[in-house]
Order: sequence, then C-alpha cells, then structure tokens
Amino acid sequence: MPLSDFQIAKKRFDFLTWGGGRLILRERRLAHGAELRFDCLHASAMKPAAFKYKAATCLEHALSLKAEHGDDAKFLAGGQSLIPTMNFRLARPAVLIDINGINDLAGIRPSATATRVGPLTRYRALQRDATFTHIFPLIGEALPHIAHPQIRNRGTIGGNLSHADPASELPAIALALGARFQVRTATQQRWIEASDFFVGALTTDLKPDEMLVEIELPLPKPRTGSCFMEIARRRGDFAIVGVAVMMTLGERSECTKVSMAFCGVGETPIDAGSAADVLIGGAPTEETIRDAAASVQTMIKPGGSVHATADYQRHIAGVLTERALQTAYQRARDGH
Amino acid sequence: MSTRTFGEPVKRNEDRRLLTGQALFIDDIELPGMLHVAFLRSQIAHAKIIRIDVSKALQRRGVVAAYVAGDLGNYWQPGPILVPPPPIAGIVFHERTQVPLAKDKVRHVGEPLVIVIAESRYIAEDALDDIDVELEQLPAVVELEKGLAGGSALVHDDVGSNVSAHVRQTKGNYAAAAAAADHIIKRRFLYEHGISSPIETRGVVAQWDARANQMTIWDTTQAPVFVRNGLAGMLGLNERQVRVIAPFVGGGFGPKIMMFYPEEVLLPWVSMKLNRPIKWIEDRLEHFFATTHERGQIHDAEIALTKDGRIVGIKDVFLHDGGAYDPYGLTVPINSQCTLLGPYVVPHYDSSFTQVFTNLPTVTPYRGAGRQHGVFVMERLLDFAAHELNIDPAEIRRRNLIPPDAFPYNNEIIYQDFEVLEYDSGNYEPVLDMALEAIGYGTFKDEQTRLRAEGRHLGIGLACYVEGTGIGPYEGAKVQVQSNGKVSVATGIGTQGQGHFTVFAQIAADQLGVAVVDVDVVTGDTDQFYWGAGTFASRGAVVAGNAVNEASKVVRKKALKLASDLFECAEEDLVIEDGKVSIVGVPGKFVKLGDLANHANPMRGAVEPGTEPGLESTQYFGPKMGATANGVHAMIVEMDPRTFDLKILKYVVVHDCGTVINPMILAGQIHGGVAQGIGNAFYEKLVFDDQGQLLNASLADYLLPTALEVPRMELGHTVTTSPLNPMGIKGAGEAGAIPAGPLFAQAIEDALDLKGRGVELLEIPLSPSRLFELTRSARV
Amino acid sequence: MGTDFHDITLSVNGKQYQRRVESRVLLSDFIRHDLALAGTHVGCEHGVCGACTVLLDGEPVRSCLMLAVQARNHEISTIEGLTTKDGEYHPLQQAMHDHHGLQCGYCTPGILMTMTAFLDETPSPTEDDVREALSGNLCRCTGYQNIVDAVMAAAERMRG
Repeated sequence: MPLSDFQIAKKRFDFLTWGGGRLILRERRLAHGAELRFDCLHASAMKPAAFKYKAATCLEHALSLKAEHGDDAKFLAGGQSLIPTMNFRLARPAVLIDINGINDLAGIRPSATATRVGPLTRYRALQRDATFTHIFPLIGEALPHIAHPQIRNRGTIGGNLSHADPASELPAIALALGARFQVRTATQQRWIEASDFFVGALTTDLKPDEMLVEIELPLPKPRTGSCFMEIARRRGDFAIVGVAVMMTLGERSECTKVSMAFCGVGETPIDAGSAADVLIGGAPTEETIRDAAASVQTMIKPGGSVHATADYQRHIAGVLTERALQTAYQRARDGH
Repeated sequence: MSTRTFGEPVKRNEDRRLLTGQALFIDDIELPGMLHVAFLRSQIAHAKIIRIDVSKALQRRGVVAAYVAGDLGNYWQPGPILVPPPPIAGIVFHERTQVPLAKDKVRHVGEPLVIVIAESRYIAEDALDDIDVELEQLPAVVELEKGLAGGSALVHDDVGSNVSAHVRQTKGNYAAAAAAADHIIKRRFLYEHGISSPIETRGVVAQWDARANQMTIWDTTQAPVFVRNGLAGMLGLNERQVRVIAPFVGGGFGPKIMMFYPEEVLLPWVSMKLNRPIKWIEDRLEHFFATTHERGQIHDAEIALTKDGRIVGIKDVFLHDGGAYDPYGLTVPINSQCTLLGPYVVPHYDSSFTQVFTNLPTVTPYRGAGRQHGVFVMERLLDFAAHELNIDPAEIRRRNLIPPDAFPYNNEIIYQDFEVLEYDSGNYEPVLDMALEAIGYGTFKDEQTRLRAEGRHLGIGLACYVEGTGIGPYEGAKVQVQSNGKVSVATGIGTQGQGHFTVFAQIAADQLGVAVVDVDVVTGDTDQFYWGAGTFASRGAVVAGNAVNEASKVVRKKALKLASDLFECAEEDLVIEDGKVSIVGVPGKFVKLGDLANHANPMRGAVEPGTEPGLESTQYFGPKMGATANGVHAMIVEMDPRTFDLKILKYVVVHDCGTVINPMILAGQIHGGVAQGIGNAFYEKLVFDDQGQLLNASLADYLLPTALEVPRMELGHTVTTSPLNPMGIKGAGEAGAIPAGPLFAQAIEDALDLKGRGVELLEIPLSPSRLFELTRSARV
Repeated sequence: MGTDFHDITLSVNGKQYQRRVESRVLLSDFIRHDLALAGTHVGCEHGVCGACTVLLDGEPVRSCLMLAVQARNHEISTIEGLTTKDGEYHPLQQAMHDHHGLQCGYCTPGILMTMTAFLDETPSPTEDDVREALSGNLCRCTGYQNIVDAVMAAAERMRG
C-alpha cells in the first residue's frame, strides 16, 4: 500500500508510559478502510515543539486565557504528565497557561462534612499533611504508589484528575470516596460528581474553556475502613490493576456500605461497588468475598498491555478484591 | 612505607571529577559555532523509499542543511565488517553491513533517512516535520521461523533468503553416543536478552579545522582507535589528521563498541562539508532504535545422559535473531554455542545455528554477548535431567564438573577469538561448594517446608557458568615518569566506568613505587595512544592491564639502571618506594623519580645509541587466546502464588576471575552485572508487533530494575590464576549478568512447585503475567 | 508562530542569574547549556531516569520536566553547589567515594541531589527507606548496593 506525507500504516500502537503520567496513543481512523493516519513518535524527537507561554497571575486570568484559546491551550500545573507528552511531541499545545503562580489554587481545607482540596495541591503536600492522611487513609496508602518522590514534589491532584489516565490511582480513589469536583469557566461554575467526570481514556467532562478548581472529599463515616492496593511491575509504575475500597460497618460489625473502584481495567476508573452488594448486612465471609471478586471480574474491561494480558488483569482484579475487602473490613473493625 | 596496592580495595582516582559534576561527557562539549543534528528516522520496519523531499525543511529559519543518501556521493558506503566469520569449516556467511543513510530501502524502524543540521536541536527536530517522505511498506520479517520459511519477505533481496549465517561445530559423535545413552531429554527454549540502555545515550561531536587540517571527533565509543582508523580512511585523511576522543562515557556495556554507526560516519563528513563543529546527542527514544540490541534465540536442544546423571552429549540447533545487518559477524551466537558447554565435561557436542536477518535493529554484543542464551540451555537441561533422574540439582552439576587436574581443558570447538576454546585454568568444585554454603543449600529444604506451612512460597535456584574473557588481539600502554615525579599512563582503550583510572594506576604504582593518586591515566584518546582494539569481552584489565604492567616493568628497569649508574652501585642494592630510588639500608642516599627522569632527558650531552630519553616505555600485550573465568550464582526467591509477584530474598555470587587487582572495583562490576541479569530475567522485554514496531520504546515501559528490585548481594571469591598472562588475571566485567535466566526459572519453579504440577519454564524473560499464562494449565 | 522569549531572574547555587529564554527550553537544557553547569545530566527527557534531578527550593525535581521559564524567581541547587566553598565534600559525596557508589558517574549527580535532600528530611533512615527514596533514580552500573551503603554511612556521619 503506497503511503505519502508521513502517513504510516500501523495496526495498533500500545501504551506509552513514563514516570507518574501515562499516555495512551490511539489510532484515529479518518476514512473507513482506505487510509489509516496515526500521529506517532518520530523515533527521534524529544524536545517540545514551540508554543506561547503565559503565566497566569490569578484564576480569572487563567480562565480568560483558556476561554480565548480553547483547545489550543493547555494548563500547566505539575507538568509531570504534560511535559513528557510535549517532549515526545505527542502534545503540541499552541499556548501553555502556567497556573503554578496561583497560590489560591493550592491548599487543604478540612471542614465538618468534607475536605476541600485545591487542584494545585502537590502530591507531596498531601503526603505531608498528617491530618489529611489520617482522615483519608485511602489516599495516604495510594500516594507511595504514585511515581517517585521527585514527581510527587511537582505533580498535582488537579492535574492528575484532569489528565484522567485510565491506570491512574486518584480517579479510582475519587470514585470510591464519592468525590465532587467544582469546575469553572471565566463566567460560570458547576459541580460534577466524580462518577460523571471521567468519560473516556484521557478524557474528562471538562469543556475547552473549563478548569477543575476544587476537589471536595466527603468525610468517611465512622467505623469506615479503607484499603488501597495495586499491582505494578515496579513500585511507582502505572498500575496493572489498582483497587480502592471503603467499607463502613454498623453496630453489629456488619457491612452497611461498601464502595469499590478500580484503575487500570477500563477506559475510565470502574465503579464496582455493586459487586460488593453481596456483603451488605453481615460480616464478610470467605464465600461472599469470593462472590464479590467474581462479580468484579465480570464488570471490568481490561485491555491488556505490554506488561500484562487482559486475562492476567482480570485475575489480579479478583485477587485484589478479596485482599482489599478483607483488609478494609479488618481496619473498619479494629481501626487503621 | 610500602606502596603495594595490588589486591587492595584502593579508592578511585576518577571519583572527584564525577562526584562534583566536573567530568566531561559528550554533551558537555561546547564549541564556538557548533551546529546540532537531528535525524529523520524510518517509522516503518521494511519499506521501499519512493521519495524524500527536504526542500521545506531547508526553508525553516535556523536550519542550515539537510542531506539524504544521494548527497553523500562516494562517501556513502556500507560499513566495514568488524568481526569477520571465524575459521570454521563449512561456515555460511552473508556479509551485509549498515549504511550511513538508507538508500532504496529501509530495513528497520529507526534507520536514518535524513540528517538535518540546525542552530539547535529544538529547531532540527522542528524541521523533521517539514520533510516529506514517501515509503512503500513491505511485510516485515520479525519472527525467526517465519523469516526462514518459503515466501517470506527478504531483508536483503540479493541474498535470496534471510540467512545471515549458518555454523555447525561438533565434538566427538553425538548421534552414536546418544544412541547408547540411558536417558535423553529434549526441549525447546526461548531466550531473549535486551538492550544495554546505559543512562547516558550515545553521542558524536565532530570538528573539522580546515586551517589546521585536523579532524577531532568526540565519540561515546568503546573503540576509539578503530574508529579513528576507519573514519580517516573514509574521509580521505591520514590517520594522524584524525583524533578520536572518548571522554567520560556514561556506561557502555557493549553496544557503544559497535563501530561506524551511521551517526559516527556522518558527523565528520558534515563538519568537513559545512566547516563547522557539529554535535549529535542520541535522545532516549532514538536509543531504542539507533543503538544496537541483543535479542532472542530459539533452541531445540537435547542432552543425553547416563542414569546417574553424567552428560554423554548435547545436541543443539538454534536460530539467532541478528537484526537487519551483521557487521559484528557471528560473535554473539558463537558465544552462545561455546558458553553452553559451561564448566562441565561434555564428551560429544553437536551445535548448529542459523543467524537470521530480520527487520529489527542490528544485534551486536551486550554484556554477556550471547553467553546468557547458552548458559540458559545447559542449566535448564541439567535441571530437567535432575528432576527426571531424581538427582539433586547441585549434585548433578557436581558430577559433571571438569576436574581440577584437567586444565588446560580443550573443548575442541572454535571460540569468538578464533582459537579453539580452551579453558586455561579453573577449579570448579570449591566455587560450587562456597555458593551452596553461602545460600544455605543444605538447610533450605526444611526451611522451605516450614514456611510453606505458613503459606509462604520460597524457592531456590543455582547456576554455574564459565566465561571466556580477556581475548586478543592486543592492547598497548605507554608509561612515563614525568619531571614532577608523577607517572603518566596512556592506553588505547576507553573507559565507561570500570575504574581504569584506578586499576591501571595501581599496576603502575606498584611497579614504580609511587602512590596510586600520583599516577595519571589517560584512556580513549587516539592522540595520546595510537594503537589498540577496545573495551569489550571483559578484556580491559587483562589485556590493557598487562600492557601497563609490561611497560611499567621496563620503566622500572630503566630507573634502576639509571640510579645504579648514578650511585655507582648494583641494581640489586636499590629499592624504589615513595617515589624515590634509594640504596637499601641507606635511605639518606636517594634520588627522586622525577629527577631521574630529568636526568634521562639531558639539555646537554647525548642519549646513548639504542636507548631513549626519559623514563618511558611503550609495551604491548597480545594474548593468543582468552582466559576463562567462572562462577556460580545462587538465589532464594519468594513468590506470591496468586499474583506471581516475586521478591528476591537472598542472592549469592561466587566468582573466580584469577588474580584480583582491586576487589572493590571487582565487586562493583559483579553487582552491576547481576542487576542487569535481574532486569533481563524478569523485567526487561522488547515488545515488537508483527510489523517490527517496538511498542515499549520508553523507560517507563522498558523496565530497568531500580533499587527496590535489586537485592543486596553476597559475594564470594576464589582464585585460580591464568597462565596466559604474567599477572594471572582473568576478566570480570560480564560475569554478573550471565546466569540470571536459569536462576530465575529454577527458583520460580521450585517456589511454585511447577515441575510437580506439569509446568516447565523454558523461556526468558518471565514476568508475573507470563507466569500466570504459563501456569493456567498447571495441575493443582 | 515565531519564537516566544521571556526574561527571567533566578538563583542557582546561591548565585543570581538573569537570562532571556525561549519558552520551550527545558530547565535541564537551560542549566547545562545556558548556564554552563554541565554537572546535571540528561538521561531520558521523560521523567523516569532521574539523572537530571536538581533541587527546586530545596525539593528534588526532574529538571527535564520543567521549563526554564518556570524557574523564574526560584532557587535551584545543582551538584556544582554541593561542595563547600573550599571544595570540601558533602558527607554523602565522601561516602560515595568511600563505598564505591559510582562507576561511570552519569547518574551520580541526580542521585546526590535526591539523596542529600532525603537525608535532610530523614536523618535516620532504614535500608528500606533508602531504597525507596532511591527508586526514582536509575543506575545501570552499580546495582545500587554500594549507593545504599554510602547513604547509610553518610546518614550516620551527619547524625554526628
């Protein structure tokens, strides 16, 4: 088949990952059958393409710039996912809006009902905040799995959630915690549930002129145990499968509520809470936990990767379900 | 005060510059007017080149030039064969070497099509988008058996097949011996080694000075002398007009000794054409395609044994993935063929291989250089034999070891040094015993049973190997005492972290009675030393080290002669230490070495005929054949039986590399080799699709082991000196990397009781997912 | 589009610099080539190997994942600033020398910057703590063991 103008016919292109951020390169079929056009790596390009850099001085400034440039602009927060894609020239925003100077966008603000976290809050700040990790041990347990210390010093929770990598831990945790996100444009704001926010691989509900400006994490109920577990090839690598479980117990130590979400086994984080319905009303038994694991295996759509077959992912999802439910139960019963 | 440092863990001379960020690496070179290069590389593995149009790129501001193959005129030519085929009867070899820029056809992803020169690398990369390329895709040859089947696409059309080479070597008569054997085991093995992936990629800086008529090339090469010679020839210059400097190099491991890479050949030409200094630094993405690989082999192997586990013979037929070109000849598969024999008595051997052209990057040696593949086959065959014959795995090895009185031991087949493979010296059983003791082999079974009852799955692995090291052709060294009393040593090989600045200094320091820190070593600069081969095949210390020793001995003799003339005494009455020559027992009567050197370089008077001025000597050392080191690795792992996650609990290496110059540096080499072995066995895998595209071309997906994957290692050591060189040393650079494959396979099988459940591990690399897939059919 | 330049002032190893940078130039390239501080090395440019690690306001970051323009008004520390004015080693540099924690030395600056900051924050680490802190820096030569020993030894010396 003749090719022209740097169009390259390829059957598929698998995961490309690095550091704490991940990118899935997908084929984009322009015309059914006739021609396949892929944006690929040059096999020799690792400096970013040119762009205009603008340092936003405040949120309004950032939002008005985004409104002006729409999809031609990207926000630069931690940069730990964006800059690698730009170095590979896979992302070529015409405009980069640096929001690192907007101090208001960082911060952890607990209240009686929820903790509100600014999107520019670095992973490292979350790790260092003992009050925060005490309230949300699920996040505290996941943070060491996110890349490495150098990445965590820069990467932000808002950047991570907006990037919506299917293998990323925080989107799954946001689902398990029942998080809500506040999203703003220059003129409007809205709230959106985490479960509605992640719509596809690397795709959120954010419109071209919107920014995620606040993450609201409802406080876990009393007698709630949580567990985050992940299987990865090396510590800090993207999750082959990760699970976040929150289990709340009643007076008789019976399960009253279980939320469970997975990363790495679908285009978006998967809410598998209903798989744990079988646990509600009693203490978990080996049999009910196994049933929950089997249900999970039917709910997920792992895609496989260079590191793991889809069957292995499905198998691991079952194993992690069992182990995480057991651990969450123990912690709910005995305290973290 | 004694200055004897041989065998001592002397700290490194080179550390300060490296620790303070002052060492010069290739990308640190900044020259006035320097331009930068980017390459447009093929995105397809196999294609006809229809059209390349660089006109738009040339219009971009900041772009100075862009060249395709046709622009090179007569300069365009396939590279020289670096290692010709060895003298083996019946050998088939089709020489097809790499070219500076693809012409007519591309044969692997990453093969360069266009070289772009611009004011900065950023702009050069911008210009890549401007280039119009039309390629007609051809089916890619990726799988070895398919590549040899009729109707396959051909990597080199004029060869008529995808056979790069075919070699058969035999010893004794396997067929007859096997017919009479008690037991035969046959298996198919798949072994893949990976890429070197040093933390520093490759780079070349070329500076043509038209007025001085001099070309200077900085290059991350392990073979500066050969590169100088070859490039001088290609550029039409005299060797003396070309200086190749290998600065500090951030890890070599083999692929940096591949020579006449396209970039090495092009940069000097461009510099001459544009009369500007030119720099190219390989980026990490390029490294996956532009620097050579090691990859896989498929072995159909069988072992014939007596019922008490003694090897009668081995037959092995294997396919070797050589990649798109074969400039390095047959080094890698010959190493596999030879190293398979290991430390064992193998009376009959019939080994043949086919090296296959594929549309994948070229394969050349990477630390271990094919030995891994051979060791995997032998060690696995012995493990299966042990299982089937109900003999303990350590015991079956012990029964087959070459006895200590059998050296030199002739294996009767040809090795990569073109000589018959002869093991110079060795005493294998104590090495095995030390390893078994260190790993706790005797008590492990009980421990394993006890822990299994607690739900923990531990397993043990053991692997033995012999490694050919220290091959010729030769190296040289120039040793000179300077007027300030410091000693300068120059040799032609390069350094990529092996501690040459210290090890060679120790050798000279001991001969000349000076402190190690007062010996200044220069490596890798062809203006400082003209002759040599390079750093490869674990030969630096052996060959160059011996050359340094010989030169130092001559200088020592000269110093003693001079001093004896000066003091009018016999040479036997003199002693050299602390940088001074003095009369024994009369420390007040001395002359400093530096002053002696001045004395030997008079402003007046004459230098006697047949002598030279100064205290200097250049000597060469050329071993006729390689010395053989050997070792045993043992490992205990713990497996999670459900996730197949693996944790190494204990890793032991016992090693014999002859006389040890610096045990601290030796240990570092072993540690690093083991880490690469662990990566090879369980983490690193090149994943290609069926059209030859590498799917995991980044360090996030090509998994190098980190400090959490590499355990603490315990090292043990024995010494059988080599009779092949005066210092008795053997090479050690690759040892750590060689036996990890069978070690992991055994230990995992043991931890998960796989053999008992009907599953055998016949491939490397492994991974948790792969183990899951392989064990799905396992009996419970 | 044209190229996009910005004037920045920043402090590197305690010294003030004023420069004009193109927006897309990576901090790693800026430090190495514009400031001629070539001790910081580049290994991958996608944030995995850690060779480019520098300190940004005292915290280890990957300089290949930052734009030079983002360093405006910040304090950068590189390996060139690790020794004292008289060229005396930081205890970790000394320990790396004593324990043979480097071979080719290419990953070493990134490791030194990461681990000196780590020791400042965790003065009494266990070996596991050290390995975890080190896991974001790839070394292909040493197998890490001697580096771990060096960090533990430096920690002990720094505790006094």
